[in-house]
Amino acid sequence: MEAIAVENLSKSFNGLKAVDRVSFSVHEGKIFGFLGPNGAGKTTTVRILTGVIEPDSGKASVLGFDVVKETLKAREKIGVVPEAANAYPDLSVWKNMMLTAALYGIERREAESKADELLGVFGISERKDSRVKTLSKGMKQRLMLSMALVSDPELLFLDEPTSGLDVASARIIREKIMELSREGRTIFLTSHNMEEVSMLCDRVGIINHGRIVAVERPGDLRDRIGGSLAVEVEFDRKVDLTGFPDVKARGNRYVLYTTDAHDTICSIVDFASRNGLRITGLNLHAPSLEDVFLKLTGGESDA
Amino acid sequence: MLRKIWAITKKNILMYYLKGPVVIFGVLFPLFLFLAFYIGRSLSAEFLIPGLLAMTLFFTSTSVSPVIMPWETQMKTLERLISCPITVRTMIFGDILASFIFGIIISIVPVVIGMVMGVGVKAPLTLGAAIIIGAFAFSSLGLLFSTIPTDLVSNVMMLSNLVKFPLIFISGIFIPVSELPDWGVAVASLSPLTYFTDIARFSIEGYAFYPLYLDFLLLIASAVLFLVLAVKLHERTLVRRF
Repeated sequence: MEAIAVENLSKSFNGLKAVDRVSFSVHEGKIFGFLGPNGAGKTTTVRILTGVIEPDSGKASVLGFDVVKETLKAREKIGVVPEAANAYPDLSVWKNMMLTAALYGIERREAESKADELLGVFGISERKDSRVKTLSKGMKQRLMLSMALVSDPELLFLDEPTSGLDVASARIIREKIMELSREGRTIFLTSHNMEEVSMLCDRVGIINHGRIVAVERPGDLRDRIGGSLAVEVEFDRKVDLTGFPDVKARGNRYVLYTTDAHDTICSIVDFASRNGLRITGLNLHAPSLEDVFLKLTGGESDA
Repeated sequence: MLRKIWAITKKNILMYYLKGPVVIFGVLFPLFLFLAFYIGRSLSAEFLIPGLLAMTLFFTSTSVSPVIMPWETQMKTLERLISCPITVRTMIFGDILASFIFGIIISIVPVVIGMVMGVGVKAPLTLGAAIIIGAFAFSSLGLLFSTIPTDLVSNVMMLSNLVKFPLIFISGIFIPVSELPDWGVAVASLSPLTYFTDIARFSIEGYAFYPLYLDFLLLIASAVLFLVLAVKLHERTLVRRF
């Protein structure tokens, strides 16, 4: 069964299309990664799916509930960690948990037991009486995830949950995401971290300029780009490699996608000799999800 | 729904109302404004206390409620809040209830000041009912100010003060409606605060300009109007905050 079904969803702000006829689906119990450059329409899509804003056209359902007509029923079943959202800074960790539980209609005793458990899992039990404004960014994000889980949701929307976090906090959150998936929950994850998406997600959707450019398994996405290999070369200075087909520049480093590594490497060495360049690095690897992303979004750097 | 409304009310009380400066401002501001008018004039305490009570209730009930929405938009707590299974109505009622409780509690201060000055309340039940309805009407008015979909508190405060301060001067607080010229009475009749002040004068001085039933009717009508407008407008503008 599909946990999320999106069909021709569109949303404009002041005449600018933020989401343009987007369609995709997420199967129950799977982790779906949603990638795109800044301003591509990721957060707008999440806001429509969580009932915060309404689409101009198209349909979307979450766990079988129409997000426009049955918003409250859908919200009762989901947990949300919005992008850049905050818990109440002047309330304690515990009071924030209790507030969220009350808003989900959870009985006090059950809420206390669940809050105790979640704060323990995320390692912030000892700070439960601290005001949120005194917590580190990592702790705040762990609290946000605890708040999203207090209602035991079937589906979680996590908008950049590990963005800007310390290694330990990001790791705790990733482990919890995997554990939640093993428990059969569906997770909709937007992230800037390609490695994270590659590691966690069963399927990945890439959005650019409001349009979906690919929805596939990470492995299939890698196979989708022109060649099956990526040759990464670094020179001692910036050069113009426009003569080479299928090349992406990243500072002094260049990634060339190819099906024939031998010919490509020989061409690079020849190019370097002719132009008096020094090759300071040369790697051959299968294309990463980041390579796929950059290729599909035309090289825009933010996911 | 009631539990959810109460959860939002509690959150608002803890986050916004139980702050020293808010409480002190709620009491001191109307008091100082009133003293500025009172000092140097030979006015009776019986005349002063209803006006002070009206001003205190009006200012406290409309002090914090207008800025909750822009504050929450700015703090990025609003999106988290409305991602929960609650309606805009639940949120609005929660905001109004917090403001209502705050207004009622602070309005006890001028009544106590009056008692200390030897001014008794002749019709306590009438006054109590007026305080309850008035607090509700003014809290709803406060929420109406915050329907502008902005995250700038200053914008909302500017609009709120633009409406609140003129109302203070046309509502029979400093000059009784009975002493106003005809055009003044016409202007005063447009302000819901006039009707609360009139009931307060009746309860304390024993005299009202308008029939008491009319005061109550128009105060209730104002409360309903402000509430309906606040809910409808917030439902329309909330999505524009994101």
